[in-house]
Amino acid sequence: MTTDPGRGSAAAAQVAAAVADAHRREWAFVLAATVRVTRDLDLAEECVQDAYARALTAWATEGVPARPGGWLTTTARRRAIDLLRRDANLRRRLPLLVEDPTEPGPEDEPGLEEAAGPGEVPATPATPSGWPAARWPTPRSGPPGAVGLGAAGPGMVGPAAPGGPADRPGRPRPVRGLDDLPVVAGAADDRLRLIFTCCHPALALEARVALTLRLLCGLTTAEVARAFLVTEPTMAARITRAKKKIAAARIPYRVPPAAELPERIDAVLTVVHLLYTTGHTAPTGADLVRRDLVERALDLARMLRLLLPDDPDVAGLLALVLLTDARAAGRVGPDGRLLLLAEQDRAQWDRAAIDEGVALVREALRRRGPGAGPGRLPGRFPLMAAIAAVHSGSPSWEDTDWREIVGLYDLLTRRWPSPVVALNRAVAVGFGEGPAAGLAALDALAAEPQLAGYGYLPAARADFLRALGRVADARLAYEEALALTENAVERDFLAARLRQLGPS
Amino acid sequence: MAEYLILIYENESDYETGGEAVYGRVMAAHNAFGEKHAAALRGGNALQGVSTATSVRSDGAGGFTTTDGPFAETKEALGGYYLVEAADLDEAIAIAKDVPAFFGGVEVRPIMTFD
Repeated sequence: MTTDPGRGSAAAAQVAAAVADAHRREWAFVLAATVRVTRDLDLAEECVQDAYARALTAWATEGVPARPGGWLTTTARRRAIDLLRRDANLRRRLPLLVEDPTEPGPEDEPGLEEAAGPGEVPATPATPSGWPAARWPTPRSGPPGAVGLGAAGPGMVGPAAPGGPADRPGRPRPVRGLDDLPVVAGAADDRLRLIFTCCHPALALEARVALTLRLLCGLTTAEVARAFLVTEPTMAARITRAKKKIAAARIPYRVPPAAELPERIDAVLTVVHLLYTTGHTAPTGADLVRRDLVERALDLARMLRLLLPDDPDVAGLLALVLLTDARAAGRVGPDGRLLLLAEQDRAQWDRAAIDEGVALVREALRRRGPGAGPGRLPGRFPLMAAIAAVHSGSPSWEDTDWREIVGLYDLLTRRWPSPVVALNRAVAVGFGEGPAAGLAALDALAAEPQLAGYGYLPAARADFLRALGRVADARLAYEEALALTENAVERDFLAARLRQLGPS
Repeated sequence: MAEYLILIYENESDYETGGEAVYGRVMAAHNAFGEKHAAALRGGNALQGVSTATSVRSDGAGGFTTTDGPFAETKEALGGYYLVEAADLDEAIAIAKDVPAFFGGVEVRPIMTFD
């Protein structure tokens, strides 16, 4: 934040707050719209960062605009067009993102080569697209203006590109005029394009998560690195590698066709869910919850809900995040100790979030959508949210409807067979039918290779063994669980359980 | 448009144990694939088994060592490829899903272009 020591400091702080707010709310909107001009992620990022920097001074003199996102988009796009017009080499070297081939390009329209004239208005305002579908060189250099960007890590710039697009050697591609690019029409689509590109299943999950935080949430590379506890050069390399694959393998910048949507939406939701679970229980570190990641996941889930209002899985994911996060205030005791669901003060739960989540679960379960899989079962996120909703609706731990929960886990196992789901189901069986039944259900999973090294299995076994009075076995299981988690709050919890068992 | 190489990796022993019936089924599948994607296909071949492979490496001192066997021993070995033309990765992946690879899978690699 800039703090002006003089009389303008309050106003400056106000502008800085407005810019920070616009950064969080509008970054994805502004970047997605700018990528449509640059068709290069790095150049678009540079222009958007520049627009936010300009906003700090411009808004101080002109006042905060009524539509900050529109102002920032216009400024960033204007900057992009300036850069592209000024530097023909830059234009030639950009490995253009592939857009929808059905959208008309300037090559289809005579006389629209260099300068952007009014005749360049696209066929329909909603599809402001259309660069020539060129074959571009793969070994790329970073665009000259893009150095120093968060994504361009040290030593990460590839070898210089030998030349321009193969089918149009030496010829710069036309630069579209700003007025031809509607800012509002199709804007929602632009954000969706960006989401589907960042979360393409051809990218590794960790790269998808990093790109999403960088490009959709506007986090700096340093912030993304901190979020995942890796060094900044490591994260910069990860992001650069992902961007390079997008360009070289031609991962398209577009919303997938309907037939591919369920699979592709799932790839997006997996990213947001991973972001949320990473924040919800940080794998390492002093704090149980990483609020920043949880907030970002919630923002993204809300954005997806806005952009894909009819998708039941999107509704399910938003519901899951809302319902789980609604319990956040009750999860940790005043002494920082982890509180189990059974111990939590349910009065501390966020009722507004629960109401919103429950309504979304109902909607998601009602509307299965064409992508609903085998046997037309609801998707995994609506089912997981439904389980969370049962807990949220229960006045106390003792009143929990475990039959309902086990039934939902049975559906989830059919829809999304996974050892972790089976583990959670076994725990629910134990709560519903007693520790012996729970232990039997858990022991059936002991040979599951994917659960080897998963700390929640021995922790759950330990609790049931303790309830059955098998103290020595319980102690061994707690010690095993303790060896498998590095989260300080979880470790304290397990150590306390061990102490309660008394000396061996 | 761009070109992609679709590399077919399969477990060879499944062919050896499968016999004539498997061979016939695989050939029919490749013929069907070739007809369906004739417009996109730029080339393709099946390879002889890894037991016929010879690896040649420079010894760094001007000489070469020639050894029997593939470059890397893996359970699933490169057994054939198709060269296809596609607008983007999504289109290439859609084609790749149709490539018969009953005993393994395929890898999609964009062809690098130099100007």
